[in-house]
Amino acid sequence: MSLAVERNARVAMKRDGNARISAAIGWTGSLLALLAALAVLVAIFGFVLVHGIPALQPSIFMTVTSGVAGGLANAILGTLLLVATGVALVIFVGVGTGIWLHQYAPIGIVGTTLRFLSDVLAGVPSIVIGYFGYAVLVQRLGWQFSLAAGAIALALVMLPYVVRGTDRSLASVPRALSEGSYALGATRAQTLFAVEFPYALPSIVTSLLLASGIALGETAPLIYTAGWSNYLPSLALTHEPVGYLTYVVWTFISQPFAASHALAYAAAVVLIVLIFTTNVVARLVLASFARRTRGSSGT
Amino acid sequence: MTKSGRRRRRRDLALAGITGTAAAITAAAVFLIAAFLVVSALPAIRFNGADFFRSLTWNSGNQYGSGTLVRHGVTGLPGASFGILVFVFGTLASSILAMLIATPVAILVAIALVYRVPRRAQLVTNALVELMAGVPSVVYGLWGVIVLVPFIGNVIGPFVTERLGFIPVLGGSAGSGNGLFASGLLLAIMILPIMAATMRDLLDTVERDTIEASIALGATFWQTVTSVAIPAVRVGFIGAALLALGRAFGETMAVLMVSGSALNQLPQNLFAPINTMAASIVSQLDSALTDASGLSVASLAEIALVLFAMTLAVNVVARLIVRANGGSRITQ
Repeated sequence: MSLAVERNARVAMKRDGNARISAAIGWTGSLLALLAALAVLVAIFGFVLVHGIPALQPSIFMTVTSGVAGGLANAILGTLLLVATGVALVIFVGVGTGIWLHQYAPIGIVGTTLRFLSDVLAGVPSIVIGYFGYAVLVQRLGWQFSLAAGAIALALVMLPYVVRGTDRSLASVPRALSEGSYALGATRAQTLFAVEFPYALPSIVTSLLLASGIALGETAPLIYTAGWSNYLPSLALTHEPVGYLTYVVWTFISQPFAASHALAYAAAVVLIVLIFTTNVVARLVLASFARRTRGSSGT
Repeated sequence: MTKSGRRRRRRDLALAGITGTAAAITAAAVFLIAAFLVVSALPAIRFNGADFFRSLTWNSGNQYGSGTLVRHGVTGLPGASFGILVFVFGTLASSILAMLIATPVAILVAIALVYRVPRRAQLVTNALVELMAGVPSVVYGLWGVIVLVPFIGNVIGPFVTERLGFIPVLGGSAGSGNGLFASGLLLAIMILPIMAATMRDLLDTVERDTIEASIALGATFWQTVTSVAIPAVRVGFIGAALLALGRAFGETMAVLMVSGSALNQLPQNLFAPINTMAASIVSQLDSALTDASGLSVASLAEIALVLFAMTLAVNVVARLIVRANGGSRITQ
């Protein structure tokens, strides 16, 4: 009897000991993994910033690239122009699709199918979208490397994020608000613009900003649609190639010249700053929205 | 009907018309991409047949040679052969290597984020994760070219091939650092943030009651995490890993910059150069345009089509799994 108790106690102690050891290993491992991930993040950022910031001479914002050196004025303007044109397109198509999904197909087979198609588009590799743009816009339609071709490729990359963002933002409008509006005799359009849109606008803007952050960093959709140009972009939609920042990072780092490398690092820093700013503004828009709705509901 | 009633009705119709057009464009875009890839690839699909997936050799043929090569009714240059086995292998090998590295790390990071990092500090870690997910792939490539590849070529490669060379894939030449290992490691770093963030969100959905019940039964906190919390969201974890795999399949620029751009040869070991389907579309298009038969460009369309199908399959499975299990963050 006492022997059995003793044995059980020993087994229990051993089991507890094992549990304690595996817990110690597990928690240590998870914290180490977190530290390692943060270390890699710091390593990458530190590396780009250390090399890029000294290269950020004021002159690179004033001059265009020439050969393997020069400035970034053409690439910065080109990137901004491509993304802005893409956003202009995606505001119509993406936000429009989101509104349609919310208003006319909140449930049912048509809405489910369209949401699925949008998800499919989100999964299409950006190089495939780039190739599509090349085959259709650049060659078949004869636009050549151009702003229009690059912007449409970027819009296709951004589209699914904006569709889903708009759809979800409108779905988050409290039912009581919309139903109250309908009960007062308002039409769909009146309810949308007077009640639902003002409520959902900040989070729609956030999804647009996050999508432009993705577009700012894209390369693969642009290589064979926007092409590359050493000149400042004109506003011509077709037949004129446009330079952009990611191209500088990609090609100038493989040149064997220090001046080319400096320009690639500088372009990387400008890109990171642009994307980071876009994401922070997106967060701020959403945060101000959260504060406003919390204030109005009184909790 | 009153005048204002008619105006209101017209506005409703306009809303339906405009947003309906937008929705039609979105739907059409997906079908147009798929249809144009098929149409552009058609001559190549007929010319290449099953050799497309079986052959190692990617060769546009001899521009200046005499005669032509006719296969399955399609005319190509003499000596033309479009085999993508090297590219398919490179895509699969680098992506799977990235998953093997990133998945366990992402699970551990997610556990640390949910159960060990204080709520206040989570704002910082969340911001860092998003920052990392927002870094353009060319910037990862830049770091890969200048830091990672030389480190692998000078330190990791020689060390592993010398000490562990008796293991089949680890022996042989350490190479320059460009290759399978650099691609897999860089992909792992790139997919880690979004994978960890998705897993963190999934773990956050586990009810506090469940955790407390397990601890009340005498389990340690770690046992609770591994045998209660993670099994509760296991399927979502698989979905998160699959979504990351889909991204790895399609990742172009970073891999292009560190892969070594192998042609016509499978990698002999972990450090040998590779090429992927996505990277080859970029690296081969310039030379493909010089092929007067047009078959090189058509074959690139066929690669894009296969890549489209692969990522579609992975994404559909992943989304079905995540959605069926109530994962909230399946974006990007």
